[in-house]
Amino acid sequence: MKPHTLSVLVENKPGVLSRVTGLFSRRGFNIESLAVGVCEEPGTSRITIVCIGDDAQIEQVMKQLNKLIDVIKVSDLTENDRVERELALIKVNAEPGSSRAEIMQLASIFRAQIIDVGAKTLVLSVAGETKKIDALEKLLRQYGVKELVRTGTIAILRGSKTVKSAK
Amino acid sequence: MKTGARILVEGLQREGVETIFGYPGGVVLPIYDELYDSPIRHILVRHEQAAAHAADGFARASGRVGVCLATSGPGACNLVTGIATAYMDSVPIVALTGQVPTSLLGNDAFQESDITGITMPITKHNYLVKRTEDLGHIVREAFFIARTGRPGPVLIDLPKDVSTREVEFEYSDSETVSLRGYQPTYRGHPKQIEKAVDLILEAERPLLYVGGGVISSDASPELVQLAETLGIPVTTTLMGLGAIPCDHPLNLGMLGMHGTRYANYAVTETDLLIAIGVRFDDRVTGKIDTFASQARIIHIDIDPAEIGKNKRVDVPIVGDAKSVLKDMIARVQKKKDYAKWHERIRSWKEKYPMRYRKDGALRPQYVIEELSALMKGEGIIVSEVGQNQMWTAQYYCFKKPRGWITSGGLGTMGYGFPAAMGAHFARPGETVFDVAGDGSFQMNIQELGTVSHYRIPVKVAILNNRFLGMVRQWQELFYDRRYSYTELPPVDFVKIANAYGIDGMRVEDPSEVRPALKAAIETEGPFVLDFRIEREENVFPMVPAGAAINEMIGGPCE
Repeated sequence: MKPHTLSVLVENKPGVLSRVTGLFSRRGFNIESLAVGVCEEPGTSRITIVCIGDDAQIEQVMKQLNKLIDVIKVSDLTENDRVERELALIKVNAEPGSSRAEIMQLASIFRAQIIDVGAKTLVLSVAGETKKIDALEKLLRQYGVKELVRTGTIAILRGSKTVKSAK
Repeated sequence: MKTGARILVEGLQREGVETIFGYPGGVVLPIYDELYDSPIRHILVRHEQAAAHAADGFARASGRVGVCLATSGPGACNLVTGIATAYMDSVPIVALTGQVPTSLLGNDAFQESDITGITMPITKHNYLVKRTEDLGHIVREAFFIARTGRPGPVLIDLPKDVSTREVEFEYSDSETVSLRGYQPTYRGHPKQIEKAVDLILEAERPLLYVGGGVISSDASPELVQLAETLGIPVTTTLMGLGAIPCDHPLNLGMLGMHGTRYANYAVTETDLLIAIGVRFDDRVTGKIDTFASQARIIHIDIDPAEIGKNKRVDVPIVGDAKSVLKDMIARVQKKKDYAKWHERIRSWKEKYPMRYRKDGALRPQYVIEELSALMKGEGIIVSEVGQNQMWTAQYYCFKKPRGWITSGGLGTMGYGFPAAMGAHFARPGETVFDVAGDGSFQMNIQELGTVSHYRIPVKVAILNNRFLGMVRQWQELFYDRRYSYTELPPVDFVKIANAYGIDGMRVEDPSEVRPALKAAIETEGPFVLDFRIEREENVFPMVPAGAAINEMIGGPCE
């Protein structure tokens, strides 16, 4: 059982996301993360789904996704060379004084940006692989994380390979 | 300029629709008004659920797409059970529902329900039409999706303003449907077919395991040809009955929970299972690990997601059963000698025949045997769900595909009677029997009204034991005879039929069975037979839930 990153190319039609997520829930598959947005082909969207399962389960997930009329292409990127990113916005307690400086230092080490400074809080924006965001989040916990928003993973293959419809 | 309703009705005609089953209501009035002048015949059912089942029965009997129509909200919701039934058994229907005007969508308007949301998990695809301009194309797409690939139900939800608005629209003959996300594979991969044939020729004890997919792809002739060419025995699922004639020497009958002992023993000992148009349902396999555990498995199915879903497969072949079987037949030359295997099967057949107690009591198996003898494999037998269904599957001799219509996957009580109405419209002139239980029949008994209204010549044979029989059987066997809420009070079904203007007859003695069945067949219109059968008769043999399929419980005769 390991996380698989699936790239799902779909028709950009109302209800498509609901068809995809509904399929996961009713067939008892788990979604770890899900990110969706329009993509380079007009009229289509790309959904990146991270789900955990053994090979047979993932095969079944992919086959069931493929059965949906509005799903154009499903690829498992897991065995391929790929880059993955996730964006997180983290609001952390930062009373004026020493902790603020420490947090700013941490941000710089993680290449995170401070995108808002409040009287008692800072908001950090950080992009990267899930593990990196996990690590920063863990470090920031000691100061008190007031709010955390993550986008879910998006992924793309390295090099010239693409996930596209056959045409 | 044409209204959406006009475009819809023209679209239905272009798809060859002659009969639809429906029930009017506020937001479908524009469609009903259009139907008033249309050559399409509309059958007014007494409950929308029956409209969906009738469309389903029509589709199964004809091989064409069945159509039902309901209004929004409660009307649409009442279709749900029928749509789910069609989905589980891969039956092509198009369900049309009215919807509140687009301006009120999402406002909890009167008789509004999110029927596309509700039916998402039980349709192959569905549409909420928001623009009248799109309707023509959607109708075409819906029928295309319903009948191609693995068939299934498609729903079109039509807001009232979409059906009343007028737009410029002409159906064009040149327009075809092409969907980039939907391209079913019909031809099996030649390499895989070659591999399959090699395995067959290596096997010592091969067995064909055949299901509804063979019926829906009209592949029975090819199946029988392949079986005969090689001399391979065949067992069918509930949905596959009729794919090979019951009395064919290679036929082992049904397998699974209420299958024949010899079919289940054959599955247990086979070294090569050739599965065609089946989905390894738990009612068939019993404990999955022990199912065909000595066998290599070839699985032919048009739906790639079925292959490997429940059981690991050695040779997967994605494709239409008819096409794949033809390709296989073309490659098969030598006939192998499976004499030892046939001998083993023959000895099981002799040792464990299907039998029941013959002691002068009115037993359901006898009723079915008599019905079978009178029908001689002609006509259409529809069933309800439960003991009545299993006795029919066990004791009726099905000789042709599409002669047996039953709710296999969902197991929908109340299915049979309305489905039988639909089957009549698919094949008028043929005798249609609904074999019912008293429990199931009461689930859509209001359709006596429809049958009477149109004089639909459906015959109903109620195997009346005043129990929810199959549930009672389980309570007897597994719950220490504690018959919790499964006893039904007696009902005079003949009087009910009479109240609707339908003839009926009560039968209490075996000697009356044949004359009663004859009377029903010879009556021109509908007929209701109330067979007062032995109350605590069971369906045997039986595999207890979760057991291996060779661990069968026998009956009083074993």
